[in-house]
Amino acid sequence: MTAVEERPAAELGSPRLRKEDQRLITGRTRWTDNITLPGMHHLAMVRSPFAHARITGIDTGAAKSASGVVTVLTGADLKDEQGALPNAWAIIPEQKAPEHPSIAVEHVAFAGEIVAVVVARTAAEARDAADLVDVDYEELPVALDLKAAAADEVLAHPDLGTNVSAFWEFDSAAADTGGDVEAAISAARDGGVLIEREYRQQRLIPAFMEPRSIAADPTGEQLTVWSATQVPHFVKIFLALVLGIPEHKIRVIAPDVGGGFGGKLQFTPEEVLTVLAARRTGKPCKYTETRSESLVAAHHGRDQWQKITLAATKDGTVTGLKVDLVADMGAYLGLVTSAIPILGAFMYNGIYKFPAYHLSCTNVFTNKAWTDAYRGAGRPEATFAIERVMDELAAELGMDPIAVREKNWIKHDEFPFTTVSGMQYDSGNYEAATAKAKELFGYDELRKEQQQRRESVDPVQLGIGVSTFTEMCGLAPSRWLGSMGYVGGGWEHASIRMLPTGKVEVITGTSPHGQGHETAWSQIVADRLGVAFDDVEVLHGDTQIAARGLDSYGSRSLTVGGMAVLAAADKVLEKAKPIAAELMEASVDDLEFVDGKFGVKGTDTSMALGDLAFAVFQGHKLSAESEHSLDADATFDPLDFSFPHGTHLCAVEVDTETGRSTIRSYVCVDDVGKVVNPLIVEGQVHGGIAQGIAQALFEEGVYDESGTLVTGSFVDYLVPTAADLPAFVTDRTETPSTTNELGVKGVGEAGTIASTPAVVNAVVDALRSFGVNDVEMPCTPHRVWSTLQGRAADTPAAPHSAQSTSMSQEGQA
Amino acid sequence: MTRITVNVDGTSYTDDVEPRTLLVHYLREQLGKTGTVVGCDTSNCGACTVHLDGRSVKSCSVLAVQADGHEVTTIEGLATNGELHPVQRAFHENHGLQCGFCTPGMIMQSIDLLAENPDPTDDEVRLGLEGNMCRCTGYQNIVKSVRAAAGGAK
Amino acid sequence: MIPAAFDYHAPSTVDEALALLAEHDDAKVLAGGQSLIPVLRLRLAAPEVIVDLGRIEELRGIREDGDALVIGAMTPHHAVETDALVAEHAKLLALATATVADPQVRHRGTIGGALVHADPAGDLPAPAVALGAELVIAGSGGRRTVAAEDFFEDLFTTAVGEDDLLVEIRVPKHTGWGAHYEKFTRVVQQWSIVGVAAAVRLDGDSIAEARVALTNMGSTPVRAAAVEQALVGQPATAEAVQAAAAQAAEGTSPPSDSNGDAEYRRHLATVLTRRAVLAAAGA
Ligand SMILES: Cc1cc2nc3c(=O)[nH]c(=O)nc-3n(C[C@H](O)[C@H](O)[C@H](O)COP(=O)(O)OP(=O)(O)OC[C@H]3O[C@@H](n4cnc5c(N)ncnc54)[C@H](O)[C@@H]3O)c2cc1C
Ligand code: FES
Ligand code: FES
Repeated sequence: MTAVEERPAAELGSPRLRKEDQRLITGRTRWTDNITLPGMHHLAMVRSPFAHARITGIDTGAAKSASGVVTVLTGADLKDEQGALPNAWAIIPEQKAPEHPSIAVEHVAFAGEIVAVVVARTAAEARDAADLVDVDYEELPVALDLKAAAADEVLAHPDLGTNVSAFWEFDSAAADTGGDVEAAISAARDGGVLIEREYRQQRLIPAFMEPRSIAADPTGEQLTVWSATQVPHFVKIFLALVLGIPEHKIRVIAPDVGGGFGGKLQFTPEEVLTVLAARRTGKPCKYTETRSESLVAAHHGRDQWQKITLAATKDGTVTGLKVDLVADMGAYLGLVTSAIPILGAFMYNGIYKFPAYHLSCTNVFTNKAWTDAYRGAGRPEATFAIERVMDELAAELGMDPIAVREKNWIKHDEFPFTTVSGMQYDSGNYEAATAKAKELFGYDELRKEQQQRRESVDPVQLGIGVSTFTEMCGLAPSRWLGSMGYVGGGWEHASIRMLPTGKVEVITGTSPHGQGHETAWSQIVADRLGVAFDDVEVLHGDTQIAARGLDSYGSRSLTVGGMAVLAAADKVLEKAKPIAAELMEASVDDLEFVDGKFGVKGTDTSMALGDLAFAVFQGHKLSAESEHSLDADATFDPLDFSFPHGTHLCAVEVDTETGRSTIRSYVCVDDVGKVVNPLIVEGQVHGGIAQGIAQALFEEGVYDESGTLVTGSFVDYLVPTAADLPAFVTDRTETPSTTNELGVKGVGEAGTIASTPAVVNAVVDALRSFGVNDVEMPCTPHRVWSTLQGRAADTPAAPHSAQSTSMSQEGQA
Repeated sequence: MTRITVNVDGTSYTDDVEPRTLLVHYLREQLGKTGTVVGCDTSNCGACTVHLDGRSVKSCSVLAVQADGHEVTTIEGLATNGELHPVQRAFHENHGLQCGFCTPGMIMQSIDLLAENPDPTDDEVRLGLEGNMCRCTGYQNIVKSVRAAAGGAK
Repeated sequence: MIPAAFDYHAPSTVDEALALLAEHDDAKVLAGGQSLIPVLRLRLAAPEVIVDLGRIEELRGIREDGDALVIGAMTPHHAVETDALVAEHAKLLALATATVADPQVRHRGTIGGALVHADPAGDLPAPAVALGAELVIAGSGGRRTVAAEDFFEDLFTTAVGEDDLLVEIRVPKHTGWGAHYEKFTRVVQQWSIVGVAAAVRLDGDSIAEARVALTNMGSTPVRAAAVEQALVGQPATAEAVQAAAAQAAEGTSPPSDSNGDAEYRRHLATVLTRRAVLAAAGA
């Protein structure tokens, strides 16, 4: 009955190979698009080609009579049952927002918005018929440029009367967490140093590799919905709230999910419409988006202007930081659109002891795809701004950028530390991480080489970029979320089932899509219960199995969800102990739990947990009052966030003749506290760095002047491949978190948050001797070259010839 | 409809297909070979990579009718008698995947790459995978996996 | 996405293919499909009939014919890239082909398809022009031969008419010439922002002959004739080549798009030309 496998001495911290790999490397996968049910219909969406228009007529006649078409639905058909898509986070009570329909009824506010749904026997027939739907539009003026939109020059939603959704402010003097920033700025103006910069956080597209897909089966008593989502629990509750389907009649399953990065943290129009189509036709319905649809209509990320004012004394001590943000919401508010910039608002002060801080943020509507969470959500923006401007301060003062940081950062013996934005940092050691990173990088040698290249005016210049970041992670404390205006909580749930044969089922409310929870949670449980790693099965992503949960995003899964698993394991042991005592006829006080066995102290009588589970299953020797189960449920809601940190160093070679930037080396030392599985942590860091580099150098969601997404395919939206990225040197220091028993901090977003400023700082550093102090992201060869020429680096918004031109040409042929 | 006969993963299939059917859709929908996936519509991402007569191709850019009379190997046909292919094993042992969506394509392209160049450098591996996108791993462990598989094959 | 429906024919001879093209008004030739199938998937084209050249054996293969190499239109990129004859006599073509797309695409895509597709950012037209290739077109009136410089008429438009087929590419042997294709992109798997195809014949340390053509500096490949002339008789040194390359952008009308504006491309053309010529000269 008991486990036969020898388990390694320490399960926690061991680089276990992942359990989830076997099916993924053999193609035994269950992506939503794989699901085929008898009688299943397929959906195709008709989407608006215009960014802003009134719908004046829709003719579905030809489409309805096409082969295999079951029905064609328009906004007029669904307006009374579609409800409105939710925004779960009003950052101020008077926040303004347009009604957000799943299918447009009279008005479209971005190119890509759904205007009709074709339901047909096959996907091909659905697509054929979608081409036959004839929609008449009356075009309206478009609000595209963020700053112009903020000035209400053209309204994205004329009915709203303004483009401004909300204005939010934090002031350290008012909050009593610090001094008055205006005073610091005036002081710096005479006699100190004032750095004023404006940075652009370009629009990014999450571009998870698995396009979104939804299947809805209305044929059972419960409606079953499969969705390629990060948040099956959210989808369930919102289907209930938005469509009025009783919550207990809905089951949502997130099967294998191919990446998310925040892009699948959404309750989508496509989910609503697939469910409505299934309900109307009484048949299972499936919709899988194409990549083009995903790029135009799945939510985007970032897209802000950041005005930064940094006040300091001449010795490099920062005295105040002022931040003014304008954030592009796009056409609507999605689930947490409005709060994304605010999630960064508490992190602009980074790892530093700034005495005064002020932030304002204006959320603005435009006629573009709506923005929402994308890996890091608010914190990459904040970290970019502060780490860029700390380099500017160093340059202004002729100091080494690391020295300026050191002058201002929190020392390791000053933790816990309450920052100027009111966050309490639990633990950290910036000195240690930075020292290790410098050594691995060969910082001093690279500086020498840089000097030589500057002196010889080498056409290839070398730049060194520094980024010392921290983030608040483990999006959780429910009380904090409530105080910020979020409608939900942040706890997590887990349960553990002790099976009669000694195997263990762990049910988690997190919803992994690549992060390896099946492996890591198994390690936690194997460690705590003393069972073999392979005897643990982790179940997730099905609301019928994992009934409670708040899913995966915001680097929360381990710090919140993993802790819930640990708590459930402890409860199992608590329940097991008296039963073990009863069965071994010993006193509870004489029992100890070691290596998976309850033993009677001072004797060699013992009973393995697995044997106990079998005895409980039989019940033969249990008293009538005993509970015939060792299973346990637990939730965890942390007291506070945790604050991982790290030092990232990047060397970039800039070819001044062509403007091309090439990363020569990249070193990072992250401190994510205790580590459950170093292999998984390293993988998260690699992937995060790649996405951060992509923001620095490659990716940008570009619209043309009519509001058409120019980067509407992977030909123009440049996701880097292996051939475009360097190898990374990664290492860690380990300062345990004090906000949870495991001592862990989140890692999912760290790489993305840290790497972007490291790369851009390096590019700018390479060009510093030419008088350059900024290059807008992404730092394309054209932008770098134009900057060097002293020209405005306005890159035309037009796609590569082969896609648009060739294709429209072919289209005419 | 056009009648085709294709050998997929060692089994011969004769089917009527619409000429417009892409090979990847034929594999997934008609043969149930859902291990091969679709990630884009412009032939950029490589998620759909399979072998056609032993060479890697993007199965979203081949018509099923073009495969008539040919041999296709997918990720599902690699393991023999339950033994993983060395490249599959290397991806597992080197944490070369996270969400796994790109993985079938990555593995199929890596096998092709190693067939052409049995002992590639890191840079050669990176260049050989230029037609395959991964959003999760940052590629580092993918490169490591391919190098490890090359070492193991020696 | 799924292409719109079409009828499919897979003839086994050129004559059959020509007959099918003549018979059907809205027919499209399918070669490797690496440009056409994505276009069909996005439904930017919806021909009624597809004529697949994939089963015409006579269109495939590389052979010598006196002073020329003859490459069948349906020869895949991968074969061109790795062929010993091409490496010896038309190295420039092999080098440029190796930069096209990615390995999977190069297994399917064909030299003929790339030339007829005539994307201004495509990498094979410029080397074809630089090497003075001749293109053999078969039509209802028989076969005709068109010089590469006359073949490319406009963006996506060539001398191949609707009912014609490109059947082979004749490349004059450039045995012993140094060659280099300098392709500039932002990510590796990308079409050229600007590309420079250069081949030089050295006489001792100086350049006896040079052929230079540019990719994506206009709607068709551009022969950098001024550069070629300026290079003749010059030593293969950085200074001399730079002086000649400074004329690379003369007479070009490059596009402006998200990868860069026309002025940037004109600048790139001079830098990349210098690099390409120096690399070709082995300097
Ligand atoms: C992801 C990706 C990246 C790419 N990157 C590049 C790149 O960097 N550089 C580059 O040069 N190319 C690139 N390509 C295109 C590639 O080179 C294609 O192989 C080429 O453009 C078309 O060749 P094909 O054989 O596939 O032709 P097809 O796609 O089959 O046909 C292309 C066109 O030519 C016509 N045609 C083809 N052959 C003939 C013939 N013999 N006679 C008459 N008409 C004919 C067809 O009717 C069609 O209009 C890329 C393609 C992809 C998918
Ligand atoms: S699906 Fe085939 S390349 Fe993307
Ligand atoms: S592992 Fe997720 S895309 Fe590669």
